[in-house]
Amino acid sequence: QGTQEKETVTPERAEEAKLKAKYPNLGQKPGGSDFLMKRLQKGQKYFDSGDYNMAKAKVKNKQLPSAGPDKNLVTGDHIPTPQDLPQRKSSLVTSKLAG
Amino acid sequence: FLGAGGGNDIQWCFSQVKGAVDDDVAEADIISTVEFNHSGELLATGDKGGRVVIFQQEQENKTQSHSRGEYNVYSTFQSHEPEFDYLKSLEIEEKINKIRWLPQKNAAQFLLSTNDKTIKLWKISERDKRPEGYNLKEEDGRYRDPTTVTTLRVPVFRPMDLMVEASPRRIFANAHTYHINSISINSDYETYLSADDLRINLWHLEITDRSFNIVDIKPANMEELTEVITAAEFHPNSCNTFVYSSSKGTIRLCDMRASALCDRHSKLFEEPEDPSNRSFFSEIISSISDVKFSHSGRYMMTRDYLSVKIWDLNMENRPVETYQVHEYLRSKLCSLYENDCIFDKFECCWNGSDRQLNCYCLPFPPLCSIVMTGSYNNFFRMFDRNTKRDITLEASRENNKPRTVLKPRKVCASGKRKKDEISVDSLDFNKKILHTAWHPKENIIAVATTNNLYIFQDKMN
Repeated sequence: QGTQEKETVTPERAEEAKLKAKYPNLGQKPGGSDFLMKRLQKGQKYFDSGDYNMAKAKVKNKQLPSAGPDKNLVTGDHIPTPQDLPQRKSSLVTSKLAG
Repeated sequence: FLGAGGGNDIQWCFSQVKGAVDDDVAEADIISTVEFNHSGELLATGDKGGRVVIFQQEQENKTQSHSRGEYNVYSTFQSHEPEFDYLKSLEIEEKINKIRWLPQKNAAQFLLSTNDKTIKLWKISERDKRPEGYNLKEEDGRYRDPTTVTTLRVPVFRPMDLMVEASPRRIFANAHTYHINSISINSDYETYLSADDLRINLWHLEITDRSFNIVDIKPANMEELTEVITAAEFHPNSCNTFVYSSSKGTIRLCDMRASALCDRHSKLFEEPEDPSNRSFFSEIISSISDVKFSHSGRYMMTRDYLSVKIWDLNMENRPVETYQVHEYLRSKLCSLYENDCIFDKFECCWNGSDRQLNCYCLPFPPLCSIVMTGSYNNFFRMFDRNTKRDITLEASRENNKPRTVLKPRKVCASGKRKKDEISVDSLDFNKKILHTAWHPKENIIAVATTNNLYIFQDKMN
């Protein structure tokens, strides 16, 4: 039978290898600051008045100056306008647990 | 398994299920916390929509000796509303993170409920009488013409249909920059702590404009942030002692007598890690999602992604017991990371008291110590610390015949799947049981699936 040439890979290490194969640029710090910063920033909504006004202008169908070679890159596109924001009303409906 | 035989094993039966049957779950209906009050008569739930629903146990009927009282809706109210902090551009969820009951001091009931930023003290009181026979008002409230009043009468209280009212008595706001994960009432019943990712504050229940910061782990330079606070709890008997757990799998015990700011722990509980086993996932799965003291206060239990650990407060270097909740997930960590399930925060709980109260055949009730926690596929697990047996049960509407003992479940990790076993790949990772609670005195448990609340009780012979 002979000796084992390879080290037995723990299931965790095997999973890690799978993940790194899919995402080669995965952060060097395992489970480190990136996750924590993301956790701390939960709920953060960013607002840029320039982008907001660009988006508003788009809504009004005004002609925008061409952006040059990078025409596809529209910064104002994914900043929500007031119409796009989901309504954050409180639940006026009674909980179904009480039904 | 537990329940497979043996005199003292608990045989769990379905009792009730609350909530909608439909598969399309509205986000607001997602249950986010479950808690029995100190007598077990009341059971509170909080949800993502900021609502609290309180159930009350029916008084036991002498003729219905085969089951304990059912839980029916007692009160429901909107505890928190969504907010937007314009100064910080921060959306504040109305989701109720935790509910904690105060012990009952008078006719009313009090509970603390918290979302990410604000803690509220709610008073729940009953009204079963109303005054009638006013001189200046009609019964419907309209004012009478004073010139028509010719005689005087004394208003009297007359019985009315029971009305349960909830009113916010205290609002503890603006003390947390980060998101509150825990609240814990002190054994002095006058103070309580609230913990967010980086800080823990101490409050007096009567005072809302002031709070003492007792733990602050925020680094001077946020780039140096390596761990956050994940849970905190006061010791059940020592009013000066509390613990807090971290995202790195450590627990710190602090003594408030030592200094005003408890940045230096009195004890640090940490299990040494085998460096050869370290992987990208090690720290994530070691993050503690819940910490609970035992009733005696001698032990504490922690829940991390794959296991439940019991620690003896006298031993810091390793847990005294470790129970694997779903070890078969260790070889699925890659996909659990991709679908974010690896960040799910499971809670855990102890059985109601250290002694099993329904065993009357012995001179003293035997010690009974069972811990419970949830898993995926609407499975939940119980570990009996004395017999070392464990069981997996399922919260499902398919098992809803009252007084029929629940059938144990088994997950097949690999190899040939036996009949009645479920393979790991068939597990539904959207069906998570994160919140469970055990009645303080009886063998009644409340188990929350995504949007339903199940109540199970042991079979009474």
